Order: sequence, then C-alpha cells, then structure tokens
Amino acid sequence: MNSDKITKAVLFSVSILILLLAAGMLYSLVGGSLPAFKTFGLRFIISGEWDPTYGREKYGALPFIVGTLITSFAALLISLPLSFSTSLFLGEYFRGTRVARILGILVDLLAGIPSIVYGLWGFYVLRPLLIDLGFGGQGFGIFTASLILAIMIIPYATSLSNEIIGMVPNDLKEAAYSLGATRLEVITTVTIPAARSGIVAGYILSFGRALGETMAVTMLIGNTNLVPDSLFDTGNTMASVIANQFGEADGLKLSSLIAIGLLLFLMTGVINAIGKLIIKKMN
Amino acid sequence: MTTNTIAEVKNPILSLNDLSIAYDKNYAVKNVSVEIKKNTVTAIMGPSGCGKSTLLRALNRMHELYENITTEGEALLNGKNIYEMPAIKLRRHMGMVFQRPNPFPTMSIYDNVIAGYKLNGIRTKKVERDEIVERSLRDVALWDEVKDSLFKKGTFLSGGQQQRLCIARALAFSPEVILMDEPTSALDPIATAKIEDLLVKLKEHYTIVLVTHNMSQAARISDYSLFMYLGELVEYGKTKNMFTNPIDPRTEEYLTGKFG
Amino acid sequence: MESIDILKSQDHSSGRLLKDKLVLGAVIVLSLITISPIILIIWKLVVEGYRQISLDFLIENTPDTFEAMTAVANGELIPGGIANGIVGTLLMVILASALAIPIGILTGIYLYENQGSFMANITRDISDILQGVPSIVLGLISYLWIVKHITMGFSALAGSVSLAIMMLPMIVRSTEETLKMIPESLKEAALALGVPYHKVILRVLIPTGFSGLITGILLGISRILGETAPLMLTALGSSMINLDMTKPTSAIPLLIWEFYNDPNMVGLIWSSSLLLMAMILVLNLVSKQIVAKRR
Ligand SMILES: Nc1ncnc2c1ncn2[C@@H]1O[C@H](COP(=O)(O)OP(=O)(O)O)[C@@H](O)[C@H]1O
Ligand SMILES: [Mg+2]
Repeated sequence: MNSDKITKAVLFSVSILILLLAAGMLYSLVGGSLPAFKTFGLRFIISGEWDPTYGREKYGALPFIVGTLITSFAALLISLPLSFSTSLFLGEYFRGTRVARILGILVDLLAGIPSIVYGLWGFYVLRPLLIDLGFGGQGFGIFTASLILAIMIIPYATSLSNEIIGMVPNDLKEAAYSLGATRLEVITTVTIPAARSGIVAGYILSFGRALGETMAVTMLIGNTNLVPDSLFDTGNTMASVIANQFGEADGLKLSSLIAIGLLLFLMTGVINAIGKLIIKKMN
Repeated sequence: MTTNTIAEVKNPILSLNDLSIAYDKNYAVKNVSVEIKKNTVTAIMGPSGCGKSTLLRALNRMHELYENITTEGEALLNGKNIYEMPAIKLRRHMGMVFQRPNPFPTMSIYDNVIAGYKLNGIRTKKVERDEIVERSLRDVALWDEVKDSLFKKGTFLSGGQQQRLCIARALAFSPEVILMDEPTSALDPIATAKIEDLLVKLKEHYTIVLVTHNMSQAARISDYSLFMYLGELVEYGKTKNMFTNPIDPRTEEYLTGKFG
Repeated sequence: MESIDILKSQDHSSGRLLKDKLVLGAVIVLSLITISPIILIIWKLVVEGYRQISLDFLIENTPDTFEAMTAVANGELIPGGIANGIVGTLLMVILASALAIPIGILTGIYLYENQGSFMANITRDISDILQGVPSIVLGLISYLWIVKHITMGFSALAGSVSLAIMMLPMIVRSTEETLKMIPESLKEAALALGVPYHKVILRVLIPTGFSGLITGILLGISRILGETAPLMLTALGSSMINLDMTKPTSAIPLLIWEFYNDPNMVGLIWSSSLLLMAMILVLNLVSKQIVAKRR
C-alpha cells in the first residue's frame, strides 16, 4: 500500500516536471527578451530596421516575421498538391498494396533527412538548377528556401492526411459507388468532405513545422535583414536570423534574438494548439 | 451441382449463367445459374461465408472494388450483359442498400436523397429535385416524419429512419432492381417490421433481391428463395415450396436449424 | 418514370470516366515527384561522398584548413576524418537519452494510468506543444539555462539538454501509445495477485510494451542525430575529441556546417552527410523491423 503511494507520487512529480519545463522555457525567454522589449517597445515587432552599429543600435523583427510567414506559406502552397496527391495514393487509390507500402517508407525517409542535408542539397543541386532555369541572380532567396521547405514538410502533411483519409468509413464510399459514382467522385463528395477538418489540421501542423525550420532555410534564403519585396527577393526568417547572428551577439542584440525566439515559440505554440484542437474535436 | 427447381421463370429481369467469382483463386461463388423474376422479392439465404454478399455485389459489380477478383460466366439485365457496360452506368439501374444504415454524414436529408444525381453530374431543375425527393421519401414512408427537417443532417435520424433514408436514396434513380444485403440486421424489431412492410409494397414497382440471415424474414416477405452453401446454389424455388417441402437435404437441415 | 428520362438525356459517363483516369494519372505523377527528392538526395550523397569514407575518416580528427588546402591543391583526398564529430555526437546523444528516456517513459506511464484526469490532459497537451517547439528555440533555452548558468560556457551538456527537450515529448507520446495497446486484463491480473504497483509497471507493463518503447526511443534518437541549429548555440564545436561534458564539443552535423562554410574543407561535406544519413537510415530500418515483428 505504502509503496503504491510512492510509485504514484513519483509518476506525478515527473509529469509536473514537464509542466515546469514548459513554464521555465517561457519564463527564461520572456526574461531574456525583456531588455529588447523595454528598449524598443512595440517597435520591436513593427519596425523593419536592424542596425547593430554600436551606439545607435536598433532592432526590429518585422523583416524576419514577414520572411517567416512568406516562406512558410509559400512552402505550404507548393507542398499541397504533392502531399495531397501522395496521401490519396497511399490512403485511397493504392491502399494496402505493396506499392503503397514502399512509397510510404520512402515518404517516411524524407522526414528523416536532417535539415542541414536538405540545405546542402538545396545549395549544390537545387540552386544551380534554378539558376539554369533562368530564375536569375545567385539562386538564393525566399523562393528557393520555400521550395526546400516544401519538400521538408511534405512527409508530415502526407502522413497526417493519409491517416485521416484512411479513417473514412468504407461503407460511406460503397454507398457512393453503388449510386454510380466514379472513384474521383467518391473522393470529392465523400472522402474529402468527411476528412476535411482533419486534412486542414494536418496542413496547419505542417505550416507550424515550416515556421521553425532553420538550417536549410539559413543556407538558401540569402540572409538579408530587410523586409522582402517579392518572392524572389532574399531575406531571413526568425529561425535563420537567430542561427546567423547568434555567434556574434551579446547585450541588446542577444536580447533581441531571444525576443525573436520568444515570438517564434508563441507563433508555433498557437499554430500547433489550433491544429491539435481541430483533431481533438474530430474524434 | 445446382439443382434448380425452376429452370426458367417467365419474364426474367436478371439472368445469371454459370456465374463464378473468386478472390485470389478461392471461389466464393461457383457456377450459379438463376433467373430472377420482375416485381418479386427474391431472398438469398445460407450460412455465413457461403457467398451471399459476393453474389449480390456481383449484380451491380460492387465486387470489383476488391483487388484480385475474377469473374467468370455472365449476368444479364433485361438481356444485356452487365459486364459489357460501364459499371457506373449499370449501378444507376441497380440500387443498393447496406447492412448498416450509411447516410452521408456531411449531407442533409434532402441532399442524401438526391446524392445520386449530384454524384453522376446530372443537372436537374429545383422543381424536379423537389419532386424526386418527395416521391422517394414518400415511397419509403419517411416523408411525413422528415418533411420539416429536410435540411438537417441525416445522421440525426433513428437507425430505422436512416435505413429508410438509404432506401430512398437508392430509389431516387428509379432503379430496376434493388439489392439489399441484410438491411435489417442492425435494426430493432419495430424498425425491421416497418422495412419489411415497405419491401412488400415496393415490389409493385421494383424487383428486390434481399440477402437475409433471418429465415422467418425470408418466409414472411419473399416470393422466391435461393439457398446457397459453400458458394454453390443448392436450391432455388418459390419460397412457400422451399419452406414446406425442401428438395435438397442440406436445405432442410438449414431451415430446421441444424446448422447456420 | 420522369427521372429515367433525365437519366437517358444526360449520360456523361464517358467524360466522367475520362476525368477519373486523368486525375488518377495526375495523382501517380505527383506522388512520384513527391518521393523523387529522397532518391536524388541519397544518390548525391553516395556519389559525392563514398570516396572519402575509409577507416581514417572514422578514427581521425578533422584536419586543419591548411592541410586540407594542400591536399585539394595536389588533387588528393583531404586527409583526416571526423572522429571528433562522431564521438561528440555519441556523447551528446547518450547524455540526452539518459535525460529524456526515464522522464519520458515515467510521464508516459502517468498519462496512461490517469487517462482523462485533468492533470493528465494538461500534461499531454503541454507535451504535444513542446513537440512543436522549433529546435533552434530549444537551443536558446539551453543556452540561457546551461551555458550561462551551469557550465559557464559552451558545452556538451548544454547540447544534450537541448536535444533531450526535443526527444522528451516523442518518448512520452510513444510510451503512452504503446501502453494503450496492452490489454487492460493483463495489468488487472497482476494487480489481482497483490503485486505492488511499481512491480506491475516494471515486470508487466514495460516488458510487454518493450519493443514499442524501443521503437519510440530509436525514432527519437534518429530525429536528434541530425540536429544542427540547437548545437550551434550550445555545444559550439571542437577540433579535438572531447569527453568532458562541461567543455565545447563537436558533432557530425556541426562539422558539416563548418565544412560548408570553409572553402578548403568543402570536400568533406558529402562523406560526413553520407555517414550521418546512414546512421539515421539504420535506426529507421531497425525500428521498422521491430514494428513489423510485433505485428
Ligand atoms: N474481400 C475479400 N477478399 C477475400 N476473400 C473474401 C473477401 N470477401 C469475402 N471473401 C470470402 O468469400 C467467401 C464468401 O464471403 P461472403 O460473400 O461475404 O459471404 P456471406 O455474405 O454469405 O457471409 C468467404 O469465404 C469469405 O471469406
Ligand atoms: Mg455477407
């Protein structure tokens, strides 16, 4: 009896540890960013100036917030037709076949490739290809980063929507077939409507992943600290500016990078919470 | 070996000639030859796993949704080989009702009834649609119960109502044959009785092929019965005759509850 | 009947079947495009990297820039290897696992035992949110906690802590999922025999779910193996083998980043990536094998 109480207490306190960990992370990020927020106030978020010159330092995160949102959103759009087709391939057209199993393993492997390897491949293979195709310049920029980011999030979006599509009850599909629907019509009128919210949640979660991807983006986005004015402009994301500038940072600049980290933490937290909430509502 | 007690019926709507169906070389239906009469209820009986569902699904080619299926022999609908027309066209003439009620959960009652038209890309005027919906729902005696909630989701109805909605959905095309795979096995006795009454009325306009586990149901509402065992058609004849005077010993054993 | 006439007048079946075929074609083509990067990337790593792989590559430290430059100028292979990175990666992965696995498994058990309770739900939600935190932010956290306050400088420990926080939610989740698949009756049978609760956990739950737990752990390790960004902010790197967890330490992905930024060393990026990828592939395949066996 007594030992049971101890066991329960141990389990309970370990889970408390997770909560403390999360609270501690928030506390430290807020603490670390206070100098930046105290100095710049709201301007930290809405200003596009990033000037580390000693004596007239000015830091605004706007270029990176914009850069993050644009690259992630573009990546989502690029990945959408690919991951959606692949999830139909796996969860509907070739469900349960050998081909689907092999394709599924390859998609899983795609998720296992480290960000830095994607970055190398993007730099040495994709970038020259884009230059040859006439995209101009050095091949760096928002677009190149979005392309590689799209490839990186495809496996998440694919496996999430594949799972949801596989959960659509078979007898609903059969009802539609028995009314003379083609496979495509079954997919568009039965499968997709029934799986819709889950598929949307899958894409929201993938978007959340894209927001925080660092290395591959850092290697391809061109690393300029200005608000980008087109998809083919160079830029920086919140993650890539931290990776790039952290080595030489202290004082107000370090605090500003931590503040960017805090904003990124909050953004991904909110996005993930929304995605998870939708999935929870579905079940 | 099949011992058809009726070699031919007058005016058959469906004729199966030596129909065999195999999953991966395992025959689930073996050399079945049968003629099904228009405007009757024909029951398919037999112990579970004997191939009833497979045979039924072969009639609107739903069995082709499975991989590794082979079909031999022929099946004629009004003299035309159903395996030589596009399956999606055939299925408009063959309504199907399933074991569990399966209205489309994302659609309203109205949209469920008209779903076949939507799925087949058939354009209709609103008055035509209204008419089809009302007629189909009246045919299944559901109109009075749902006419004030046509635009609510069909999934809020009771099980029996949902199943009648599914029958209405199949009737909306005015099919020639309605295929039913144990349509009352998930329902309570009252809902079952309502559907049985309905089937007897529906045969005035339609031909019904009904797979059933329930022998008394077959006895109550079917005109002809088909008894299958291990994929073979053992006996086929007027329900009354089969129940009072079965020819094959296996039929007798099944009907008297010795196995099944 | 009137609806039959509508059917006869509107037979779009050939057009609909054509559209159906076209979409199927598009789905196949797009799916092949989706998986092409994995094949192209592995191909590139093998073709560019295999020549450099040798015993020396595994047991020697990174060369200095000058040695590498001379070798490249003479058209030779760059001498030396990435032993400092391999050892650093192993050190930090082991340390991170030692931190994350016990906490993760215990939390997973807590969630399983308290399904539906308020605390369990909160803990699960927080753990899920933690799983979505970008790894670079975990690097910042570990920098603030360990580099600034514990080791007073960049260190293997700081790197491990950032990796451990990354791994923790994965272990929590896989533990809970694994335990949920164990029949309740098994646990009840043990409890009915009067076995103390902690022994039920140690002797029944963990052994029964063992392969599931191992799978989760292997996948967690394969995820942190290639992490670069958090280590840049915490472990920093070192040109020598280091086993002191309070000192800066290298890792394979950190070396890839260094080589990428040093024109003389670029020749080493592919072989290092190939080795890293091979380690990840092996872990993935082993865990797949375990999953397959369990079925
Ligand atoms: N999709 C399938 N794949 C392989 N075998 C099947 C499949 N469906 C049914 N069978 C087999 O075919 C036989 C007949 O099944 P079925 O037609 O469902 O029988 P019933 O409806 O009479 O219970 C059974 O032996 C069953 O195992
Ligand atoms: Mg059946």
